[in-house]
Amino acid sequence: MGEIQIKKSSKQYDAVIVGSGAGGGMAAYVLANAGLKVLLLEAGPYFDPKIHSSQLKFSYESPRRGASTKERAGGDFDAAYGGWDIDGEPYTRKDNTEFDWFRSRMLGGRTNHWGRISLRFGPKDFQPNDGVSERWPITYEEVKPYYDKVDRLIGVYGSVEGLENDPDGIFLPAPKPRLPELFIMKGAAAAGVKVIPGRGSILTEALPGNRDRGVCFFCGQCGRSCKVYADFSSSSCLVIPALKTGNLELISNAMVREVITGKNGLATGVSYVNRDDLQEYQVNGKSVILGASSCESTRIMFNSKSQRHPNGLGNSSGVLGKYLQDSTGASKSGFLPQLLDRKRFNEDGAGAIHLYGPWVLDNKKLDFPRGYHIEFGGGMGMPGYGFGGIVPQMNGKYPGPDGKMKEGGGYGASLKNDYRRFYGTTFGMSGRGVGMARVDNYCEIDPNVVDKFGIPVLRFHYKWNNDEINQAKHMQETFSSIIHEMGAIPLTEHRAENMWGLAAPGRIIHEVGSARMGDDAKKSVLNKWCQAHDCKNVFVVDGASHVQQSDKNATWTILALSMRTAEYILEQRKMLNI
Amino acid sequence: MKALGIGTLSAGVLLEGCKTKPKDEVVVKSPGNTESDRLPEEVERDKKLNEQTFFTPHEMATITVLSNIIIPKDDRSGSASDAKVPEFIEFIVKDKPEQQVPMRGGLRWLDMQCFKRYNNPFKDCDSKQQIEIVDEIAYPAKAKPDMKPGVAFFDRMRSLTATGFFSSKMGIEDVGYVGNVPNKWEGVPADIIKQYGLENVGFSPKAS
Repeated sequence: MGEIQIKKSSKQYDAVIVGSGAGGGMAAYVLANAGLKVLLLEAGPYFDPKIHSSQLKFSYESPRRGASTKERAGGDFDAAYGGWDIDGEPYTRKDNTEFDWFRSRMLGGRTNHWGRISLRFGPKDFQPNDGVSERWPITYEEVKPYYDKVDRLIGVYGSVEGLENDPDGIFLPAPKPRLPELFIMKGAAAAGVKVIPGRGSILTEALPGNRDRGVCFFCGQCGRSCKVYADFSSSSCLVIPALKTGNLELISNAMVREVITGKNGLATGVSYVNRDDLQEYQVNGKSVILGASSCESTRIMFNSKSQRHPNGLGNSSGVLGKYLQDSTGASKSGFLPQLLDRKRFNEDGAGAIHLYGPWVLDNKKLDFPRGYHIEFGGGMGMPGYGFGGIVPQMNGKYPGPDGKMKEGGGYGASLKNDYRRFYGTTFGMSGRGVGMARVDNYCEIDPNVVDKFGIPVLRFHYKWNNDEINQAKHMQETFSSIIHEMGAIPLTEHRAENMWGLAAPGRIIHEVGSARMGDDAKKSVLNKWCQAHDCKNVFVVDGASHVQQSDKNATWTILALSMRTAEYILEQRKMLNI
Repeated sequence: MKALGIGTLSAGVLLEGCKTKPKDEVVVKSPGNTESDRLPEEVERDKKLNEQTFFTPHEMATITVLSNIIIPKDDRSGSASDAKVPEFIEFIVKDKPEQQVPMRGGLRWLDMQCFKRYNNPFKDCDSKQQIEIVDEIAYPAKAKPDMKPGVAFFDRMRSLTATGFFSSKMGIEDVGYVGNVPNKWEGVPADIIKQYGLENVGFSPKAS
């Protein structure tokens, strides 16, 4: 077969960016628009929602009616190429850890299939005063101008609420509730649970100043990515526009091995393997910006050893890989008997939550710190694989149209009619909360295992603690109370035995924290600009920098901090510091 | 044409800016990336699945009878076999091999029950006999203990039939899903809000 060579380029880019998700995409956008010559390396294939989305296909256009596959863990139409198990790219765990690591290998990364839920952190998230975790080295006031710019650049719907720790953004109108969601609002109000309109990065109206993106037409299929670019994914909103400046080059299917550093310890570029021709390449950059996702960037840094960086790039503190966090998550679904035989109308709505339950409770009365938000949803969606699962479970418990009870299960004309009767009567609620940053939840390199490219793989060590388990219990109690006040019937039950339905770590796909920022170089990997303490021309712009996650999803903060870091890079270049 | 250092960079990417295209239209290709929403490996995988056969003609005939018992033709729409549910079930067991043993085993279990009672496999029994045995496995709460394997099998058949029927074009129209079309979402129609007495449920307008 062919020889393997390492093809070294003599060209030097101003910046080499690894990863094209929210962080990498934003850095590419800012720097390319500022006139820098930027190279963006993406481990997966090119993806343009305009061409590659499965939007507006009916279930029957898939032979498996939308069920998930190995290539797409989220469903046959889901935009994400990848999942928790990728051929040739293993990871390991130790000490009975249950950690599942999701990878989306494609242009735009996870921003293609994410939930579009867009939440600013609040002042108490950056600077908590309960003494339970580290504070970030930055404040909400420092990040706010970037949240504002991100809102204007990308667009987010929501409502002005004046909540102390869920700051308002610059909002497009939020979509109105669906019918089951109106019942949820009524039940939540009776249960004393605060519910406000959702906050999502979807253009429910035209985005002022933007002529490249279309307005949402409410098919509810953001998870398939949007052909008219009405929602945020990094490919459509950041990378593809940045390519038009002529200052950005994109190489797809480029799996980065390590950052290359020189004798003085500064980065000179990266080496990568091309997944198509399986050849090795090295490229040069005055700066290297890692945005490969929290654990993947951490992995690259670990694998970038040299004399000056014996424990991995940026790891003189020994903190790299530690304080890894994923969000807590637990759910409950229910059924509204009031909605049997409901009238039909188009209830697709927007593809992100219409209703949001912010965390507003006082922890003094609770047995866990911090909290969680609640995502609610329900309505008449497109029938697909698994349709009607509730029917054999419930059709023996409610009188039929003739007022008579019958035996549950069944077959024939009356069963066929039951599927019609029960359509659109179910709803769900999910809590997403704070997993605490702990030194003993971490990822490291497995000394014995390499992937198919010969790159050493990650090994995870992660356990939920009582704080997280108690939080999940509280979620279930809250859900039960809302469902009861709705006059609805719960469809799932969780107990202490299964940790109240607390999802295994990694299952919420919100990993952050494994290259945390801080003012003290002995206790952190990055400074407050996401610049490596040990190597001033290396930056990390994904969630790895997050000191302590909040009850809000990470993406909007990743975007704001990446924009802030990119502007800092421009400033530092002007001052010839890097 | 703007081509970027192809010799030294990945041969996988070509950046084209042709004179005939508008200035701001940029085309980036990489090998293996088609102009459709399917990856080449997905097209290949489904092609291979479609070339295989799993169920025997006898099993397919049994599945057809069962699925039509579960979802028959009525005045609103056709039967399960009208909506090609048996073909869907055949594809699913190839796509999800973990379904093969429970399906094949359940079909044989059913045939053996029918041999014992009626001296015929299920598909060759008359409809009175077929309904008699289905009645023993279609109602989980009242099934006899030794019918439980049949209950589990019938649950599976019922789920696959319902999925296959209601996600088909015929079934989507039958159940009345009217989405998947560009529209402007204005909330629940007023007459339906009134039907459920939800007029007072809403977010109060806030001062901006």
